[in-house]
Amino acid sequence: MAIEVRVPTILRSYTGGSKIVEGAGDTLSGLLDDLDAKHSGLKGRLITPEGGLHRFVNIYVNDEDVRFLGALDAKLNDGDSITILPAVAGGALGFAAAAAFFGR
Amino acid sequence: MARYESLLDACGGTPLVGLPRLSPTVPEGAPPVRLWAKLEDRNPTGSIKDRPALYMVRDAEESGRLRPGDTILEPTSGNTGIALAMVAKLRGYRLVCVMPENVSSERIQLLRMYGAEIIFSPAAGGSNQAVAVAKQISAEHPDWVMLFQYGNAANARAHYETTGPELLHDLPTITHFVAGLGTTGTLMGTGRYLREKVEDIQIVAAEPRYGELVYGLRNIDEGYVPELYDATVLNRRFSVSTRDAVLRTRQLVEVEGIFAGFSSGAILHAALAVAHEAVKAGKRADVAFVICDGGWKYLSTGAYGGTLTDAEEALEGQLWA
Repeated sequence: MAIEVRVPTILRSYTGGSKIVEGAGDTLSGLLDDLDAKHSGLKGRLITPEGGLHRFVNIYVNDEDVRFLGALDAKLNDGDSITILPAVAGGALGFAAAAAFFGR
Repeated sequence: MARYESLLDACGGTPLVGLPRLSPTVPEGAPPVRLWAKLEDRNPTGSIKDRPALYMVRDAEESGRLRPGDTILEPTSGNTGIALAMVAKLRGYRLVCVMPENVSSERIQLLRMYGAEIIFSPAAGGSNQAVAVAKQISAEHPDWVMLFQYGNAANARAHYETTGPELLHDLPTITHFVAGLGTTGTLMGTGRYLREKVEDIQIVAAEPRYGELVYGLRNIDEGYVPELYDATVLNRRFSVSTRDAVLRTRQLVEVEGIFAGFSSGAILHAALAVAHEAVKAGKRADVAFVICDGGWKYLSTGAYGGTLTDAEEALEGQLWA
């Protein structure tokens, strides 16, 4: 069995357009290495040069934010479902306009 | 207390009600696991946003940023806009909202009734166009005041000083607090207060997982984390799909008679997850969660009827929380 990974639109250029890819690994870190071997460059969009999760990337294991489960050390099991999403705030339009005002 | 000098004084003090039917059943002899809903739809304009709107305006008044007759500018189409419109009316300010022209008619009608002026940005232009319009307005009116709820400390302070103490007063045995994650104000303010007062309190975030269109950024670096957000206040963070949110919203009204908006359903979904874990672990739990608003503003989506798949399709591409 494998681990199913849902890839957001903006990262599908790395997966040949695929919305769902499969990978393997005992930890999130291991899974990302495995994915990067198949989809070169993907890991570099999720992890910073310092080795942490990118600030604007959220990764969920079975709907739970991985940052509260050990981040890259989070333990994974076969059959887990992983979702990768860009960080956006609720009411995205409001924040986008607001952020523009404040030059953020 | 049931008598107030004005509507603004009636903000907060909302009821906390038990959910005996939706709370999980525990084995005989096991400690109780109970769900409690804080009915924030009982605020003056019908949502939890009345608390931060009032606090942000008062804070701007006290700091001298906002003076009588000033114009407040808020690029939002949601509950914060409606709450600000009421506060602005009663405190003597003009409110201008910037929003895309394809938002629900309930919101436009409500904002107009409260006296807000609306500047529309073209629906076809998406959020990029809305940002362009907002920038242009800002340049033309540098004297207009923006409260910026995502980075305004008074937003979180409203919950630290009101929502948190109310919860602890009504439920001294509280073990978990679950709320929605948008501006993060509710969780940051209430969470900080409860952490100071309740040993081992669990602060749990429920975040809406929207359809793909909502995440239509060009690249990851266009993402955004609200300035108010501090991950150390939280213990866990759940991403809740549209389908799960709709399912729980329907259960709320069908099982407990609470007619709520979809963000409340998403929060209930996370609350039920931690409640069931407590049952499994054989631990006592008093899980309090937030009903953000009533369902009235969302009836036109059609997502309260039909199959879950119909509802999911109706909400596709919409910001339902």
